[in-house]
Amino acid sequence: MRRRLAILTALVLVAGSVLAAVSVFAQSKGEIVIGLQCDRTGATQIVGTVLCPGFHDYIALVNSKGGVEGHPIRAIEIDHEYKVPPGVESYERHKKEGAVTIAVYGTPHIYALAAKLTEDRIPGTSPGFGSAAAADGQRYPYIFPIAATYWSQGAAAVDFVKKQMNGSLKGKKIAYLFYDNPAGREPIEVLEDLATIEGFQLKTFAVPPPGVEMGAQVLDIAQRFKADFVIAHLFGGAPSVSIKELKRVGYPLRKVVSFVWGAAEANIDGAGGFAVAEGYYAMQFAGVGKDYPVLNEIREMYKKQGKPAPKEMDSTVFYNRGVLIGALHVEAIRNALKAKPDGKITGEDAKKGFEKINNFTLGGLVPPLKITSTDHEGGGLVQIWQVKGGKFEKVTDWYAAYQNVVAKHIKEAGKK
Amino acid sequence: MSIGHGAFMSVGAYTAANLANRLGAPWPVTLLAGGLMAALIGAIVGIPSLRIKGLYLAIATLAGQLIIEWTINHVTFISGGVQASIEVARPRLGSYVLSSQRDMYYFLLFFVVVAIVGTLNLMRTRVGRAFIAIRDQDIAAEIIGINIFRYKLLAFAISSFYAGVTGVLYTYFLGIANYEQFQIGVSIDYLAMIIIGGLGSVLGSIFGAIFVTLLPIVIRYAMEAFGGVFFEPQTVLNLIPNLRLMLFGALIIFFLIVEPEGLNRLWRNIRSYFRVWPFAY
Repeated sequence: MRRRLAILTALVLVAGSVLAAVSVFAQSKGEIVIGLQCDRTGATQIVGTVLCPGFHDYIALVNSKGGVEGHPIRAIEIDHEYKVPPGVESYERHKKEGAVTIAVYGTPHIYALAAKLTEDRIPGTSPGFGSAAAADGQRYPYIFPIAATYWSQGAAAVDFVKKQMNGSLKGKKIAYLFYDNPAGREPIEVLEDLATIEGFQLKTFAVPPPGVEMGAQVLDIAQRFKADFVIAHLFGGAPSVSIKELKRVGYPLRKVVSFVWGAAEANIDGAGGFAVAEGYYAMQFAGVGKDYPVLNEIREMYKKQGKPAPKEMDSTVFYNRGVLIGALHVEAIRNALKAKPDGKITGEDAKKGFEKINNFTLGGLVPPLKITSTDHEGGGLVQIWQVKGGKFEKVTDWYAAYQNVVAKHIKEAGKK
Repeated sequence: MSIGHGAFMSVGAYTAANLANRLGAPWPVTLLAGGLMAALIGAIVGIPSLRIKGLYLAIATLAGQLIIEWTINHVTFISGGVQASIEVARPRLGSYVLSSQRDMYYFLLFFVVVAIVGTLNLMRTRVGRAFIAIRDQDIAAEIIGINIFRYKLLAFAISSFYAGVTGVLYTYFLGIANYEQFQIGVSIDYLAMIIIGGLGSVLGSIFGAIFVTLLPIVIRYAMEAFGGVFFEPQTVLNLIPNLRLMLFGALIIFFLIVEPEGLNRLWRNIRSYFRVWPFAY
């Protein structure tokens, strides 16, 4: 037995050394590498199967135009099934391949990688999810939410409800229907603060994972609590269930506003189509629809190759988000390359590149973000769209609300 | 069999993270404390094992998993806030901070070796023999004078101790304790590992862990290398994750049909074949 153990130990040691040797792998000349985590399989696959092609198409578009400042971009996609260990493994692989930025996907993943990203000085993005406290660029120098965090989304939702209620929330009842996990609970502290400020009554309704059973909660909202408005924050298949259930108990969907992960065509289709969900309000951090110059360019690119535009483009919410994420990464790299024309950029340069993004809108698809070394969120801008006549219709332009309240929470989180 | 080891890991992880952050305890202390706390909780979850067995017991541990998950998720004293994640500093050896991937590899490897040696020796002690006796026939074991109550709880405590220590190490590896790292999927993966590896053998659990962890990675590398030959790049990207899951599932079924007693048995068969090769015996 001892001999077997000795052999085993030796083998493991050798494996470790080989791994270490491989990590010195050189990347090809001039090419800039972006790491992309995806979830084309697993619990949240309705997002990944559409979002990731959007990301790749944008990168392909950039490359077809000669790359960024003459450097081609290579996006390495690794699927992690929305599980943490494969996510960490994919990060290590991205690092090995020399990625200068990494598009992290998933709230638990950005938590798990926070320390590593900072140590390795590689900027990681967490658009529309993840830790809201990461908006603080001083505390988390290498994490970039680059879109409205759950705190900003909560603030924006309350502001929207207030406008729907003719400018006053005093004495109104708002129900917060949320997925019972850390991401779902994150906005509650901001909502509670706003409840005191605006004088409305807030009641929270938790939906336990996997979020397919919420008959009791919805019945309570509609008939016992009699909410004046519902703010929903659900993931995966849960938003579809919420629309169906609210419809079933006869609650008007024009009194429901959903956070960004319950806002896509897939969620509406899952609930039975746009006719069923008529009136439903959805929050977006990227533009919706097909009418943007960059999307025309992508269609043009496919046309030139003699191929039809990919079917993913029809699912505009997630596809456009993929384009947005890709575009912001490319923009950060562009800024980094402008500062360092020799093309030898590192994660540190890319970080500075992100912090120079200002008013880059891509023809309206991207909100006019202003990312700075202190604000990695870029303003927390969202749009509200409504299901109307078989499609999403824009209700508000880009806006952010109660920024002082959100800033207070970010500051408090920074002190911990 | 237990479907609760993900939760026991989280018990260790959060115990360690709280100790490290609130009291500034160094890693050897938090490691031990995390293990012991998990052992305690594991023993409590194991109490039903005195009355129920087999599949029913597995379901009881599943309940343990869900209860622990819920508790950590909702009690902010344990989870350190609504995000249920606590950051911890990197472990230190003297004044040296272990941070790179290679440092962590050897750091973790050390504990793996200790754990393997510990378990192999445990099976040869009085306690280990008692475990085997209870597993094979608990009534007979009781009649020959083994205290079933004590040894059953001890078995739960020891296995939870391992899980707790693993949880602590995982926390140090990532630099954060987050409840979503220890959900039920993790427990099921562990169960898959021991079944594929071969129940009741130490070597089997190592084989199983290697199989479950590395095989998806190997499949992905292979498909990235050869996928481009057959399909367009966009299609490959969509195929890889899905095909990987299918292949992984198919391979599990294949190995279980070839050798229901697991990879460990397969390994022993191959070894004994080559030991006397080229003769049959």
